[in-house]
Amino acid sequence: MLRLQKLTKTYKTGDQALKAIDLDVPKGQVLALIGPSGAGKSTMIRCINRLVEPTSGAVLLDETDLTKLGSGALRRARREMGMIFQEYALVERLTVMENVLSGRLGYVGFWRSFLRRYPQSDVDEAFRLLDRVGLLHMADKRADELSGGQRQRVGICRALIQNPKLLLVDEPTASLDPKTSRQIMRLITELCRERGLAAIINIHDVALAQMFVPRIVGLRFGEIVFDDVPSALTPETLTEIYGEEDWEATIEKVDDEDEEFEAAE
Amino acid sequence: MSTHRELDDMLGTRWRKPHFVTNPLLRWGLIVGFIAYMIAAVMTIEVDWGRVYEGLDRGWQFILAFTKPDFVSRAGDIWEGLLESIVMTVAASVVGILISIPIGLGAARNIAPLPVYVICRGIVAISRALQEIIVAILLVAIFGFGPLAGFLTLSFATIGFLSKLLAEDIEAMDKVQAEAIRASGAKWMQWINYGVQPQVMPRLIGLSMYRIDINFRESAILGLVGAGGIGATLNTAFDRYEYDTAAAILILIIGIVMALEYLSGIIRARVQ
Repeated sequence: MLRLQKLTKTYKTGDQALKAIDLDVPKGQVLALIGPSGAGKSTMIRCINRLVEPTSGAVLLDETDLTKLGSGALRRARREMGMIFQEYALVERLTVMENVLSGRLGYVGFWRSFLRRYPQSDVDEAFRLLDRVGLLHMADKRADELSGGQRQRVGICRALIQNPKLLLVDEPTASLDPKTSRQIMRLITELCRERGLAAIINIHDVALAQMFVPRIVGLRFGEIVFDDVPSALTPETLTEIYGEEDWEATIEKVDDEDEEFEAAE
Repeated sequence: MSTHRELDDMLGTRWRKPHFVTNPLLRWGLIVGFIAYMIAAVMTIEVDWGRVYEGLDRGWQFILAFTKPDFVSRAGDIWEGLLESIVMTVAASVVGILISIPIGLGAARNIAPLPVYVICRGIVAISRALQEIIVAILLVAIFGFGPLAGFLTLSFATIGFLSKLLAEDIEAMDKVQAEAIRASGAKWMQWINYGVQPQVMPRLIGLSMYRIDINFRESAILGLVGAGGIGATLNTAFDRYEYDTAAAILILIIGIVMALEYLSGIIRARVQ
């Protein structure tokens, strides 16, 4: 459904953030993108919906090359791709409901959005989504009154109300505590399954990615160096992605806990 | 281990913050030059102490007038001037603010394309370069005496002030919030309305209130060059040596400015 062909991004400073990336994401597949800071994960996600302009290559969403679209067509294409951000990126001074409804901006006209008179179907869908993530009672609160986990759930609603085919998720758990991180990852993967959405989740917590996602792509210096199921990750492959480090604890954490438990018995 | 030898050498030595100007010759040169300039500058100011002695009495009369301000004998003139100033201030502020919003958007480099940016910054620069009094003298020459010249002057000055500060606030906004709105496929106007406006609104309101306050004070000055308003009344009072009437006018101006200040404090607290 989404296909990247020789996607390249060279910044004005000469840094090659992406070096001819080829990637295929079938419909409904959730994949995690891992890699060290500066590997190009954020750039790759942003090149797909062109918040960052790719230098060359193609991004095919259902056979449409997004890199060739003019501004109007690009806006229509962006409606198909919901984005969830690191640090939530809610407009803090707007209410929760306004933030969620802003996901419909690509569909409604200027005056409707300016006067906040959205079609009833959009309003109902916003209520349903907020209820689904357990925040219906917060609808009229201002976004900056919410906790981190709550804000990210609003961010998820904002992306889903676009009714997208694809979710682009940039470090959704970066500033959340471990428990909330799991809840958010569970929520995202569950919602993708319910709605048959494909997703690219850019994440730096390897253990969390393994726990929730069926396919992992490793990026290093703008190149794909790993693309397989989570169980194929070994200390060697992690070293290839991130560099030398003791990886045993990261991968086999769950096993270790089991062993300790058995030993205690 | 070279690092350890360096540490041993440094232990026990004094530490001082490095000087801002490292070259000692240049540093002392600058200090001595500055002091010499200050002495020379003060010496060039001629003070005629005899004139000061005479003037003290006149100044004292002026201050004494504040103890018995005369609101009554020229009440009609004062009221007329005040009303003219208020009308001028409100009209100029509204028009100026409305015009400065689009120019402010255009003068923010992070949202405007380069040609628009250059034009809008140019407008801001021209408006800021021309001092109010100079503009007022020019406009009085064109439109004649009266509040129309004052109104146009204040609108023009408001544009330079507000556009510049609004543009700077937009440039300092949080990029990701705006990015998130763009990612939804929003049109440009929707993007501004949802991604930019909420972030800069408190500051825009605060600055607008401040500008209304400035415009009122300026309207009192502009009267001196014939641009109407309370300034004209004040000027007449001075010309007639009616210090008590002048004092009444000044007290009214101070009172109104303070009231505006108080009001803007309340409004800013509400919009935070």
